[in-house]
Amino acid sequence: MVANVIEVEGLTKRYGDVLAVDGIGFVAEAGATVGLLGGNGAGKTTTIAMLLGLLLPTSGSIRVLGHDMLRDRFAALARMNFSSPYVSLPHRLTVRENLRVYGHLYNVRDTGARIAELTRELDLEPLLDRPAGQLSAGQKTRVALAKSLINRPELLLLDEPTASLDPDTGDLVRTWLERYRAETGCAILLASHNMAEVERLCSHVLMLKQGRVVDRGSPPDLLARYGRDDMEQVFLDIARDRRTSREPEPAA
Amino acid sequence: MTAAARRIWGLMYRHLALYRSSWPRLLELAYWPVLGMCIWGFTATFLTGRLGTGAAIAASALLGGVLLWEVCLRSQMGMAISFLEEMWSRNLGHVFVSPLRPWELVAALIAMSFIRMVIGVAPAILLAWVFYAFNLFALGPILVLFFVNLMTMGWWVALGVVSLILRHGAGAEPLAWSVLFGLAPFSAVFYPVAVLPAALQPVALALPSAHVFEGMRGVLTDGIVQWNHLLWAFGLNLVWLGLATLLFARQFRQARIRGALLSIGE
Repeated sequence: MVANVIEVEGLTKRYGDVLAVDGIGFVAEAGATVGLLGGNGAGKTTTIAMLLGLLLPTSGSIRVLGHDMLRDRFAALARMNFSSPYVSLPHRLTVRENLRVYGHLYNVRDTGARIAELTRELDLEPLLDRPAGQLSAGQKTRVALAKSLINRPELLLLDEPTASLDPDTGDLVRTWLERYRAETGCAILLASHNMAEVERLCSHVLMLKQGRVVDRGSPPDLLARYGRDDMEQVFLDIARDRRTSREPEPAA
Repeated sequence: MTAAARRIWGLMYRHLALYRSSWPRLLELAYWPVLGMCIWGFTATFLTGRLGTGAAIAASALLGGVLLWEVCLRSQMGMAISFLEEMWSRNLGHVFVSPLRPWELVAALIAMSFIRMVIGVAPAILLAWVFYAFNLFALGPILVLFFVNLMTMGWWVALGVVSLILRHGAGAEPLAWSVLFGLAPFSAVFYPVAVLPAALQPVALALPSAHVFEGMRGVLTDGIVQWNHLLWAFGLNLVWLGLATLLFARQFRQARIRGALLSIGE
């Protein structure tokens, strides 16, 4: 595995007059969890979409797992995966059929064994033969997570991975993600509005506002600099321009 | 199985699983071709009974036209609707961030189009043979080349439709059902190209379907294979397929620039 799983430099996306992402840069090392935080329209989804190759940047460079995403994205896509509650799996297919489809698309060897392993660990066994459309929101989120792990990704992009989950299931998922990261050295890029989740999972946080990185650091570092007890207060300080960071903002 | 073949099979499996669990969808594939054959079959029977032997040849051309047009129509709809199924299930985001290449997506859609066409048209062919004494296979081995050309035309039209959906989103959906009907009058399905006004004949002759149907009538009425028409059909299909591929590649790239792959279907 390469040391820097994600290397982003000067990433910019412009839609006409609107600057959605404005020259951001960051690095995510193997085994790290980087949190993308920011209000609605801050540029989180746009950044994730560019990292996935769904969206072409206006300028800047993206390297994922050593591959230039503008020239050679398919080599990286086979080794990464993505989960979002806002992108569905086919509703009429059963959970097993859905996971088989993605096992084939990601060329997973012994798909059946991998599905059995994932469904056991994510407590999805009783749901295997139920159509995805008949599942509760929380169950769908767990199935989407299973889909995102089908190829044992070295990079996982998660957009609000525990949205719609009850606290117990949310905790199980976070525990599972921590274990998967520790066992595999997988890097995780996480967009979340759950600040407790960010504090628990993220080793590094990028605070986005109007497409720019306005601050960054580890959660303990940010808490210390803003003199706050939790990340929610830090988030509000930045979102509402009542910033009280005691140190100058690090260079982007 | 190579990785590319496995990815193509993965997308096909997704559609086959859908049909396996939904018999109304399977029934719907054959419903319209069978219904069309019933209507035109009785019409042909009526004309033959009233007008005698001369009408029998016209009736054969009519039924042959109905069946071969269905081959083109079902191929086009099969490909475009398989793409729409992904859009309706809001699954395209997952598909486009998987290692599935755009050409593999198109290959899977073509394979599904072929399967859907066979399921749809086979009962109508059987119906024509059993109830109206019209055996499409009596056209001989040349029928394979007619099928290949009409399927290819269906695919490039569908590729154009998919490109327009990538460009205009859900607003272009109705084209999946309607666009080929717009080409039907120029395809000379039931009448020779010569019947069209002189100004429209070049339009017809630019379509591979018109050459296939001229060829079909040549075999049915005179027992002659008009190779020139078949060569034109193949050549035109190559040109149109090339243009549709360029359009698809351009619209796919434009969709990545505009961010349309994130919101398509909404």
